[in-house]
Amino acid sequence: MRSLLISLQSEFYKSRKTLAFWAAILLPVVICGLITFGFYTNSEKILKMNYPGMVLWMNYSGGALGVMGMLILPFYVIFMAFSVNNIEHKNDTWKTLFAQPLNKLSIYAAKYLYAVLLIFCCLFLFASLTYLFGNLLQVLVKGLKFNEYSPIEILSKLYLKLFLSSLGILSVQFIISLIWSDFLKPMGIGFIGIIMGIILYTKGWEYAYTVPYSHPSMALTMAKGKGTPEIFTQEIYTSLIYAVVLFTVGYFIVARKSVK
Amino acid sequence: MSDLIIETRGLNYYFGTQKVVDDLSLKVKKGSIYGFLGPNGAGKTTSIKILLNLLKSPKDTVFLFGKEINSNRIASLKRLGALVEQPAIYAHMTGRENLVNRCMLLNIDKAKSTDLLELVGLSDAANKKAGKYSLGMKQRLGIALALLSDPELLLLDEPTNGLDPNGIIEIRNLMIDLASKHGKTILVSSHLLSEIERIASHVGIINKGKLLFQGTINELHDLSKPTLEIEVQNAAQAASLLTENGYELIATTENKISLLFKSAEENGKINTLLVQNGFIVTSIYQIRKDLEHLFLDITKNN
Repeated sequence: MRSLLISLQSEFYKSRKTLAFWAAILLPVVICGLITFGFYTNSEKILKMNYPGMVLWMNYSGGALGVMGMLILPFYVIFMAFSVNNIEHKNDTWKTLFAQPLNKLSIYAAKYLYAVLLIFCCLFLFASLTYLFGNLLQVLVKGLKFNEYSPIEILSKLYLKLFLSSLGILSVQFIISLIWSDFLKPMGIGFIGIIMGIILYTKGWEYAYTVPYSHPSMALTMAKGKGTPEIFTQEIYTSLIYAVVLFTVGYFIVARKSVK
Repeated sequence: MSDLIIETRGLNYYFGTQKVVDDLSLKVKKGSIYGFLGPNGAGKTTSIKILLNLLKSPKDTVFLFGKEINSNRIASLKRLGALVEQPAIYAHMTGRENLVNRCMLLNIDKAKSTDLLELVGLSDAANKKAGKYSLGMKQRLGIALALLSDPELLLLDEPTNGLDPNGIIEIRNLMIDLASKHGKTILVSSHLLSEIERIASHVGIINKGKLLFQGTINELHDLSKPTLEIEVQNAAQAASLLTENGYELIATTENKISLLFKSAEENGKINTLLVQNGFIVTSIYQIRKDLEHLFLDITKNN
């Protein structure tokens, strides 16, 4: 456990000046900021619609959620998986890392966990900023009905679902980025995966839940039903199974790979 | 057994079907500087990676600090520092940050990084990105990283690679200091014998995965048998005279004869024999083959 914490701390220290780390903060700030700005500048039109609180929140948070689920989250996950591994590939530091007096599993698990944590932070920020900026709009624009409904539960559930649905993609991409040190293969495969995932899902393929790249879109769309969304749906279970299996496979790959 | 810091027993290692380490039995004593010599591709780096457990060795073939490495990986790694191939440095971080990161992993005081930067002469460049370091500076940082935990054993794979003459001398002196004053054991690999013979107390010569020689530097010297060189006019006739008188020649050129040196008296007898037979001997001297040639001979013959 101590090895894991030390390795995790080192992962943070190594990447704190990289784009992958800052993207976790900048993405939600920029996207939520832009959407809020759009709402603010269009506030007259929105006021005319006279949306009730719940619909207003759906409309407002749907902007960030839609873009995230379809495109930005999968891309961010792909980039994150690439970045965490690339830091070692690029500097040829795998061998030194595994020559440290630390448990090999801890070193590998810390990398994976770090990627998971950053994605979690990114989505947590999205949910928090959506809530905060919505309330800010309420203060800035008189007459909006954001205060009529509390979106905390639904936002937390949706973003938690989005987070869980991204673990499948992360695990696939993590392995790809472990095996190949170049930029094109993981990014290219990821890009094709995302497009394939979107097509399979939008065409309504029955087994789309087996493709990790479809999971974020599925997680969101299924939630469009009435009431609060159910978190553990089919695609979330599949995503978690992918994560557990591929995490284990990745460990064996890394244990062999580090030696060359 | 107890004074052996590194011991391998008949170690074999394969990359696929290719045997890259062949029946290697290294013996590195405590406090020694062991020069691990061999041409490029001889198996030096592979052997060092095996010693670091980066490549998994068969059971009961590799012992560090008297303990089998596979079952004592973490305990062994705690007591050693290593520099393998090019130094592994995070280019986007400064020299100091690279050391601080390692301090974290080793759970040691971060202030130690300042001492090490000073030791390897990088204090002025401490806050510069390591990616912008020259090759020599990177090598120094690599050595600093290896020394950070104050290890008992240092495994240095071609540590003077890319250093300028001053840098080479500094690192050489540092290694001598570490072994003589601080009792460290150092295994240093190189393909240059000239570099190793100045610092090493012991030498191991490896080629094609096989250990061809292992012993003290003096034992290596003793391997090189001295020869007697005679410069004489009419060397061919002089050579036949010597052969007729039972001397074994090594080589004869237009005006020079080489034969095995036996003793000073024997030199005198040969000289007298030649002069009495009317040959004009212009020069007679003993030469000892230098280690560089000896090294080439040892590795070439295998």
